[in-house]
Amino acid sequence: MAGTATQAAGTTEPTRRDFIVVSAGAFAAVGAAAAVWPFIHQMNPSADVLALSSTEVDLSQIAAGQSVTILWRGKPVFVRHRTAAEIEQAKKDDAAALPDPAKDADRVKKPEWLVMMGVCTHLGCVPLGQQGEFGGWFCPCHGSHYDTSGRIRKGPAPANLPIPEYAFLNDTRIRIG
Amino acid sequence: MADNNSGFMSNPLVKWIEYRLPVFSTLDHMVGSQYPTPKNLNYWWNFGSLAGLCLVIQILTGIVLVMHYTPHTSMAFDAVEHIMRDVNYGWLLRYMHANGASMFFIVVYIHIFRGLYFGSYKAPREILWFLGLIIFLLMMATAFMGYVLPWGQMSFWGATVITNLFSAIPVVGEPIVTWLWGGFAVDNPTLNRFFSLHYLLPFVIVGIVILHILALHQHGSNNPLGIDTKGPQDRIPFHPYYTIKDAVGVGAFLIFFCFFLFYAPNFLGHPDNYIPANPLVTPAHIVPEWYFLPFYAILRSVPDKLGGVLLMFGAILILFLLPWLDTSKVRSAKFRPIYKQLFWVFLIACIGLTYAGGLPPEGLALVIGRVCTVYYFAHFLILMPLVGWFEKPLKLPASISEAVLKTEPGAAGSKA
Repeated sequence: MAGTATQAAGTTEPTRRDFIVVSAGAFAAVGAAAAVWPFIHQMNPSADVLALSSTEVDLSQIAAGQSVTILWRGKPVFVRHRTAAEIEQAKKDDAAALPDPAKDADRVKKPEWLVMMGVCTHLGCVPLGQQGEFGGWFCPCHGSHYDTSGRIRKGPAPANLPIPEYAFLNDTRIRIG
Repeated sequence: MADNNSGFMSNPLVKWIEYRLPVFSTLDHMVGSQYPTPKNLNYWWNFGSLAGLCLVIQILTGIVLVMHYTPHTSMAFDAVEHIMRDVNYGWLLRYMHANGASMFFIVVYIHIFRGLYFGSYKAPREILWFLGLIIFLLMMATAFMGYVLPWGQMSFWGATVITNLFSAIPVVGEPIVTWLWGGFAVDNPTLNRFFSLHYLLPFVIVGIVILHILALHQHGSNNPLGIDTKGPQDRIPFHPYYTIKDAVGVGAFLIFFCFFLFYAPNFLGHPDNYIPANPLVTPAHIVPEWYFLPFYAILRSVPDKLGGVLLMFGAILILFLLPWLDTSKVRSAKFRPIYKQLFWVFLIACIGLTYAGGLPPEGLALVIGRVCTVYYFAHFLILMPLVGWFEKPLKLPASISEAVLKTEPGAAGSKA
């Protein structure tokens, strides 16, 4: 622009050359931005990673009071067969002061089966089961306490342990994802 | 001024090359007889060249380690054990690289604190200071990704915790973390890209180091008195005077390095990293490498996820504002009676943060971490501007050579 300004000195009308410079520059910028995208998007999950997105769990072997941990999408999923006392405690705590309010009934499909991600919502550690001040889960990394419904009660984590997409295929089998 | 390279520079081959590519005169101006340096630099000025040495050691050992390493989740841990047990001198090269990283940080932290004490960040050296901070940030990124490569428990969970820091960002946090991972958890794609970047970034650091030296040479080194050089009587050529002084420092540094290398090679590491990565079990007590502990302590001092992350990054970014937060016109703490004391309080706060960062975040450690975090930020945001305004500095000497000539005979006569 500076170069052409001298040619067009005295007039305020943009010249034909100004138009060519601006439009060529704009097209080059759009083209460069489009070329950058593949270099950024290649870091997102690839097709084979996305394909490994569901897993099935047999519940018949899990007695009340037992949990299993399933690896789903590289992350642990807790499947807990809750005891009657735990379910009662979780329902009672619906009325407690919760940092991330949620009803226990909304977090389970069947009250005795709690299926949730075993990934602390603070910085991603795996919480330890049946520990902490609320009888649920306790994250050893930075001290977050979760209750028997996996809801955050105390500590730096901002949210409840997330519930993954899952469905009961029959009474003793679920599919996660 | 006698040209110490005159013999070398008159060599016909050197002259032939120099006529076509001025590489020797360029080096001579950068770190040779043609770089005039304040004549009063003390041993705290050794740590710049030592940092350069550390970078060279890391690059050389890293290049040969890569010849034996496989960046795949199923093979990485075994590849490191293969280096330790089977590769000729593999144990030595890996211990050099792992301990070399710690040495690099020790040297750079001393280099930074030297700058803080003697006011090396002040005008006209602000950009020199910025480039140093950029190198520091790149070093932290490189060290973090390098620590992931052995694919032990601390590698895996360190990577998980640090990448999850980005999930604190509202709205776009989760997509960013997925993008960093290349999946839904730290896994093989993560390991591969960290390997790629761990190899790349040291060479980026080399580039910034060259700019750092370029910026340094624009106005020359600062010095313990913090006053500008006023003429040839204040300066001596870098070579041979400071090349030889730096060489003495290199000898002392290598003794220190070799002590860890040969007698305590795992002292600065963590035993949990000799357990292969397991995505289902988090170690009971996750700690980063010692050089990240102060920032880790700041992160954990805040009982709020986003707040902790912001404060942790803020602890480094605040250093970029330092040239303006420090309102004093006097550079060296030697002439600043109040700032001089605050400097040591600040150093103690940093040590306190390092201590607190290494312990579980409860009880006394949490209190120490919080007190030191408050001081860290108060030091920069409140104390530095206020002290600069209200402190009455001591009288500065008229020149470096005057200060040197006045004190030397007097001190020798009365004290020694």
